[in-house]
Amino acid sequence: MGTRECGHICGESSPGIGEAGKTGEWRDSRPVIDEAKCTPVRRNKPACFLCWLYCPDAVVSKTVPVRIDMEYCKGCGICAEVCPVHAIAMVEEDNSRS
Amino acid sequence: MKANSKKQDASQMLDGNRAAALGAKLCRVQVVAAYPITPQTPVTEALSEIVERGELQAQYVTVESEHSAMAVCSSASLVGARTFTATSSHGLAYMHEMLHWVAGTRLPVVLACVNRAIGAPWNVLNDLQDSMSQRDTGWIQMYARNNQEILDQIIQAYRIAEKAYLPVMVCYDGYTLSHTDMPVDVPSQDAVDGFLPPYKAHTILDPTNPKNYNLVTLANPRLNAEGVLCHGYMEIRYLLQEALEKSKEAIASVGREFGDLFGRSYASLLWEDMMEGAEIAIVATGGLAMEAIVAAEMLRRDGIRAGVIGLRVFRPFPRADVLRALQGCRLAVVFDRSISYGNEGTACSETKAALYGTGTNMRVHGFIVGLGGRDVKARELAGAVKRTLSLTDRGALNSESPEWVCEI
Repeated sequence: MGTRECGHICGESSPGIGEAGKTGEWRDSRPVIDEAKCTPVRRNKPACFLCWLYCPDAVVSKTVPVRIDMEYCKGCGICAEVCPVHAIAMVEEDNSRS
Repeated sequence: MKANSKKQDASQMLDGNRAAALGAKLCRVQVVAAYPITPQTPVTEALSEIVERGELQAQYVTVESEHSAMAVCSSASLVGARTFTATSSHGLAYMHEMLHWVAGTRLPVVLACVNRAIGAPWNVLNDLQDSMSQRDTGWIQMYARNNQEILDQIIQAYRIAEKAYLPVMVCYDGYTLSHTDMPVDVPSQDAVDGFLPPYKAHTILDPTNPKNYNLVTLANPRLNAEGVLCHGYMEIRYLLQEALEKSKEAIASVGREFGDLFGRSYASLLWEDMMEGAEIAIVATGGLAMEAIVAAEMLRRDGIRAGVIGLRVFRPFPRADVLRALQGCRLAVVFDRSISYGNEGTACSETKAALYGTGTNMRVHGFIVGLGGRDVKARELAGAVKRTLSLTDRGALNSESPEWVCEI
């Protein structure tokens, strides 16, 4: 059973989560949120969300507390860069991780 | 059939560029995007006038570059429009990236390439270096020897492209064809409509059924959102090669059908002249194949049994046809107006490769001629063949590198 069964003659897909595969596997370092510093958590209301706004992969939730989908987060570190209260640290991944 | 076609066809004096524009018009192209460049400019002018006069229901998109022209054709083709563009030389080079995208997306765009030398140094005259440098982009390449063949092959190009889902480049010599008037039989609109059904896209962008095209496709196959195992990059590229190989059949059958309807058959991917009983084959591409016929006639008068193999279709390369045509020859002399620098003439390499493994003792000798519009005379071609023949007979022919016909 080869890929011919899909019937495509060029690169084609339907829009959906994970169409480019589990991009979290590309990650070299992961964002870790310090909730004691994170503005929405500290104020306990929807606020700031700059990490959500700037994430190029739309893996950051606009919720209290903020959650990051690690299946697709590529670890680019933009959220850590834009966080005005430095609540996000980029922590190196364990290379032995499967 | 021929009597019928005579009734339908009206003979007109047309230069190659007007023949190309008229071909596109008769195919009822819906989107034209082109950027003017010498010697292709009159194609864009003619089509913009045709659209402006309301003789063709088409969008004429003026663009800022050839790269954009091909991007417009790509997008328009993807939403189901029949598209046309034309360019030359540096314009084709500038399009290079988008040529790959269009072939990879399997879009049946048709491009008229008015062959012109490429810099440096600046030159506006004819050779085939521009289109031959696009050999590996996945486009079908067809060459014309006269203006009738330009018109006829553009009409066939849409049938072939839309059958095989491959883009087609119809190439013809700058100036010697593009700016030279010749009588051309122009088929009626009704006859072309009967030959060419409306374009049906293989996939179509539709807001009610959204799709991604040409998404990031990494090395390995992957499951899509619906859980179906989809091609990786390599499988998509395999399909492109497979389609090119299979298109030989489509090119021949469309050419045969064209012949039945219009009285001019294109059932062969080659032009063969005087090849019956020939012991020496002159191999050439484009208009040069016409000059080669005159050279072969001269050689025949001198008792040398020469014939001509013209490469009408260069991609897909008609390996089997070339092999068959060369049966019984002891020498093939290949004249190229393009070269793979550091190796040899483009068609020379292909001819040698076609013969590999057949156990033939045939000699293949390559000449580089007519670069940048340098005039190529039939008597020079005949002279080159005679020299090659004499060296072959003395066992002194060295075909390591191509011979250049120039004054260095």
